[in-house]
Amino acid sequence: MSIKAEHVNYIYGEGTAFEQYALRDVNFEIEDGQFIGLIGHTGSGKSTLIQHLNGLLRATSGTIYYNGENIYQAGYDMKALRSKVGLVFQYPEHQLFEVDVFSDVCFGPKNQGLPKEEIEARAREALRQVGLEEKLWEQSPFELSGGQKRRVAIAGVLAMQPDVLILDEPTAGLDPKGRDEILDEISALHKEKNMTIILVSHSMEDIAQYADRIMVMNQGEKLFDAPPKEVFRHYKELERIGLAAPQITYIVHHLKEHGVPIDDEITTVEEAKTAILALLGKDNTEK
Amino acid sequence: MIRDITLGQYYPVDSLLHRMDPRTKLFGTLVFIISLFMANSIVAYVVATVFLISAVRLSKVPFKFIVRGLKAIVFLLLISVSFNLFLTPGTVIFQIWFLKLTWEGLRIAGFMGLRLIYLVLGSSIMTLTTTPNELTDGLEKSLGFLNKIGVPVHEISMMMSIALRFIPILVEETDKIMKAQMARGADFESGNLIQKAKSMVPLLVPLFISAFRRATDLAMAMEARCYHGGEGRSKMKPLHYAARDRITYVVYAVYLVVVFVLRNGLTF
Repeated sequence: MSIKAEHVNYIYGEGTAFEQYALRDVNFEIEDGQFIGLIGHTGSGKSTLIQHLNGLLRATSGTIYYNGENIYQAGYDMKALRSKVGLVFQYPEHQLFEVDVFSDVCFGPKNQGLPKEEIEARAREALRQVGLEEKLWEQSPFELSGGQKRRVAIAGVLAMQPDVLILDEPTAGLDPKGRDEILDEISALHKEKNMTIILVSHSMEDIAQYADRIMVMNQGEKLFDAPPKEVFRHYKELERIGLAAPQITYIVHHLKEHGVPIDDEITTVEEAKTAILALLGKDNTEK
Repeated sequence: MIRDITLGQYYPVDSLLHRMDPRTKLFGTLVFIISLFMANSIVAYVVATVFLISAVRLSKVPFKFIVRGLKAIVFLLLISVSFNLFLTPGTVIFQIWFLKLTWEGLRIAGFMGLRLIYLVLGSSIMTLTTTPNELTDGLEKSLGFLNKIGVPVHEISMMMSIALRFIPILVEETDKIMKAQMARGADFESGNLIQKAKSMVPLLVPLFISAFRRATDLAMAMEARCYHGGEGRSKMKPLHYAARDRITYVVYAVYLVVVFVLRNGLTF
């Protein structure tokens, strides 16, 4: 059970003056239950890449396998693939259209051709998973706040009960509280349902905290593909392509330069706290 | 899929036609359209073809790219050609049931088809070589005389340029919305007419909402910069005719005269 990309190339506007490589020889394999962080500068090809994984875009050349099956083979059921590999786009405004939140979440399972009771049961479950209060279910999705709209959008995909959930910058434009809540809910889905998660984000802090593997895209090519600590070791190269390491990593680097014997591969605030307290001879459990 | 619409799209290369004053190109398109309706002989169509092909060559836009614009009118073309082909009275070549294929029908259908194709190709060349802003600037200046009889030319051309400016944005938006709904299992292709119309709702609602939001945002941004219509407003890039434009006008005149003479003097 995995998603595998082999030599995937994608060219925008082939044969016109606008021709441009969006993906160049991308290869990877994502095992079930992984939490992947996908990072890259704007225009690096990450959004193009994720649209390949559920067959919305077709690679100019190369192959994508889902659970060992070539998704480009004749007669492959793309609709079934899209309900297994759920993709949540960045702007909830692009998908909300129904008169109320609940019916909007029902849209996905309805397209799967499920019976009415099943559709509604799934919609209720999905809305609870994203933590949207029940009193909002009958409201128009257009009256909600940004964070609530985002939840409805995620629920709309979750209701299809996918095995893989891809989220394109789910936290963009949210306040810190809304961001943490959404990320915690995604993390819960990963832990409790063993869902494979691919999280596209600009925030290195978020990625470092949740992902167990990071893929870095640059100008259509995959630059790094490794666990967070390893990727952030290359923070100088990341800076060169317009990215960075988490801020806490810079702090521990500075500390180390000033002679503090601290591990400079720390990527989360929590780790840093433990390490610093240990250095001061104190236990983390103390307040 | 939806990106295939070339009608009204700008093709960014550097060519004589791209550098030409938009008014010259507008007028040229008008001249070409008039000539198409005057042409009634094979020779006249040959002249029009030469005119069109020279314009295509001068524009440096790949011919393949221009022809793509024809996709939009294939249906219309088929209907009008087949109606003319079979329903024109005259010398019968052969007959199937009530459908008579006549020499006159063949001739009219041929001219009709060519005229439609040339109309689209001719106007595509203009839009492919002229940015929407240039185009509306050109229109505003050419129609400036209407201001005197109370037509708000500037306002109309501003609306036009805004509308044109929004086409690519809305096309892109449509693409994104379609993908977002397809990711939820929406199907825009299969089904009968009623099902297809129904499947448009999840596409049109977000599209309209976004269009209205963009419109209010733009109006606010314009007002924030004290936009108050055309009165006393100067241009950042005023239009000036160059030598190439004057030469082009001479070419237009010669072309029109030739087509006019062919219509009244010669018929094949």
